[in-house]
Amino acid sequence: MSSQPQTSTGPRSRSNVETVRLLLVPLALIISILVGRWSLGVMKDAEAPRLLVVGVALLVGVFGIWIAYWLCNEVLNLIPSETLRERIRPVIFVGPALALLIIYLVYPTVMTAYYSVLDKNSEAFVGLDNFKFAFTNRTIQIALRNNVYWIVGVTSFSVIGGLIMAVLFDKVRYEAVAKSMIFLPMIISFVGAGVIWRFMYASNPPGVGLLNAFIGNFDFKPVAWLINKSVNNIALIVIMIWLQTGFCLVILSAALKAIPADIIDAARVDGAGELDIFWRIIIPSLKTTILTVVTTVVIAVLKVFDIVFVMTNGNYETEVIANRMFTEFFRNQNYGLSSALTMILVIAVLPVMIINVRNARRQRG
Amino acid sequence: MRIQRFVSRSFVHFAVILIAFLWTLPTVGVLVSSFRPENDVKNSGWWNALKHPFEESVWTFKNYADVISANGLGEAFVNTLVVTIPATILPITVAAFAAYAFAWMRFPGRDWLFAMVIGLMVVPLQVALIPILRLYTQTGIAGTFLGLWLAHTGFGLPLAIYLLYNYISQLPGDLIESAKIDGASDFTVFMRIVLPLSTPAIASFAIFQFLWIWNDLLVSLVFLGTNKVLTVKLSELTGSLGNKWHLLTAGAFVSMIVPLAVFFALQRYFVRGLLAGSVKG
Repeated sequence: MSSQPQTSTGPRSRSNVETVRLLLVPLALIISILVGRWSLGVMKDAEAPRLLVVGVALLVGVFGIWIAYWLCNEVLNLIPSETLRERIRPVIFVGPALALLIIYLVYPTVMTAYYSVLDKNSEAFVGLDNFKFAFTNRTIQIALRNNVYWIVGVTSFSVIGGLIMAVLFDKVRYEAVAKSMIFLPMIISFVGAGVIWRFMYASNPPGVGLLNAFIGNFDFKPVAWLINKSVNNIALIVIMIWLQTGFCLVILSAALKAIPADIIDAARVDGAGELDIFWRIIIPSLKTTILTVVTTVVIAVLKVFDIVFVMTNGNYETEVIANRMFTEFFRNQNYGLSSALTMILVIAVLPVMIINVRNARRQRG
Repeated sequence: MRIQRFVSRSFVHFAVILIAFLWTLPTVGVLVSSFRPENDVKNSGWWNALKHPFEESVWTFKNYADVISANGLGEAFVNTLVVTIPATILPITVAAFAAYAFAWMRFPGRDWLFAMVIGLMVVPLQVALIPILRLYTQTGIAGTFLGLWLAHTGFGLPLAIYLLYNYISQLPGDLIESAKIDGASDFTVFMRIVLPLSTPAIASFAIFQFLWIWNDLLVSLVFLGTNKVLTVKLSELTGSLGNKWHLLTAGAFVSMIVPLAVFFALQRYFVRGLLAGSVKG
C-alpha cells in the first residue's frame, strides 16, 4: 500500500515521455525525409558546387544510415500492441540487408541468366546461341584456355609457394617482417600492380625494365614480355602469383602454428628428417586449410579482370573471360554475349557455393 | 652434425632473405623511379640511382607535383575518399544489424535466409553490371556517388554479414538475455552491448572493405561517370602516358599511399580479418 504513490507517478511520467515521443518522432521523420530528398537532389545535380556535393555526400553516407535505422525503430515503438511490435522488429534489422542483397545480387543474377538467352539488344529470344558462339569463337576459346592456364598457374604456384614460405619463415626470428614483405602486394590495387609490372617488363626505352636489363647481362636480346605470344600469358600470371601468395602464406602459416609442437618434436626424437615431417605431418594436418585456400584462389582467379584490362586489354592472345565480358558489355554493347560469358563464370563457382551453403547449414545444426 | 646444422640454418636464412628481397623488388623499383628526374628515368635503369644516393640531383618531387595537378590525380584522390568512406561504413552498419538479427532474434525463414547470404558470397559481381546499370539509368542515379556506394554495399554485404555473424553469435548469451530481462529492447541491446563488444570484428572487416573499395576498378568504371577515382584515372594514364615512366610510377604511388598507411597502422586487424574470412566451416 505504501508504494502506491510511487507506482501512480510512474505511469504518468512515462506517459509524458510517450506524448513527447509521439510529437517528436513524426517531426524527426518529416525533417529527415526533407533533408534526404534535398541531399539526393544535390548529389544528382551535375551543376551543384563540387565541395557542397562532397560535403553532403559524406554527411549522408556516414550518418544518414544510422539516423534511418534509429527513426525506423522509433516509429515502430509507436505501435501500441507489443506482440505486433516485436513481430515486425526483425524486419527493421534484416530488411535493409535483404533488400540490398536482392537488388544487387539476386535480381541481377536472374536477369543476367535471362539476358544470356536473348540477342545483343535483349530484344529477341535466341536460345543458347550466345553460348554456342562463345564456345566456337576463336577469341573466346583463347580466353577459356587462358582462364585454365591462370587457374592452374596461379593456384599451384601461390599455394605451393605460400606453403614453402610458411614452413621456411617459421624457422627464423624475423618471421613477421618477412611475412609482411610477402603480403604487402595484397593491399596494392590491380591497377597499381599493373604499373609496377609494366615497368618491370618494359622494353622501351631500352635499359629501363629490370627484367630485360637482367637477361641482358647474359647477352640475351630484350624481350617484349607482354607482346611475345610465347611468354605474355606467363608474364601476366606471374603478377597474380605475386599478389596472391601473401594471402596463402598468411592462412597456411596460421594453420601451421596450430599444429601441436609436441607431435613434431616427438617425430624428431624418433629420428624423422625435416622432409619426413613436411610430408607425413605438416601436409596431412593442413589438408582442410589447403583446400580452403585453393578454393579462394580459384574463385579470385576466375574473376580476374583488372590485370588483363590494364596490361594488354586481351590483345596478343592474352584474353580472359572476365575481360571479354567487359569488352562485349562496355565497348561492343553486345548484352546477350556478355551475359552468357558472365553465366559461364557463375556456373563455374556454383559447386563452391553449394558446398559452402551445406557446410554452413551443418554448422548451425 | 654441428656443421650440418649450421649449413642448413644458413640455407634457411639465405632462402628467406632472397624470397623477401625478390618479392619487394618490383615495388621498390617503382618507388625509386617516382623520385627520379624525367631524363634519368628515360636513360638508365632505376637501380643506377642507388649508386649515388646522396647526390641531390638524383632526386626530385616534380613528378608528384605533375601527376597530382596536371594529370588530375589530386582530384581523383578526393573522389576516391568520397567513394570509399561511405562505402565502408554503409555495409558495416547494414551488416551489423542483420548479423545481430540472424544471431539473436527469432523470425520465420531465418535459417533459409542465412543460407542465401552464404551462397551469395561467391557470386561474381559481374552479374550485376548490366542489370544494375539499366536500373540506374531508369532511376536517374547512374553516375552518382550514391549509386556507387549502394552498389559497393550490396556487393560487400554477404561477406560482411558472414564475418560479423560469426563474431556476434559467439558473444555470451547470458549478457544479452539478462539485458532483455531488465527491459532493454533489441535496439538498445544492439547499440549498447553488441556493437561495442564487436569492435575487433568490425575493424577487421572495415579494413578489408576499405582496401577493396579503394582498389576497385571495375565497379567504379561502370557506375561512376565523370567523377573518376584513382584506379580509373591511373588505368587511363597507363594508356595515354605510355612510356612516361617518371609520371606513371609517381601516379602508382599516389594511388598506393593510403592503402600502405592503413596496412602499416592496422596490420594486426588485417591479418585477423583474413583468417576469419577464410575459414569457411
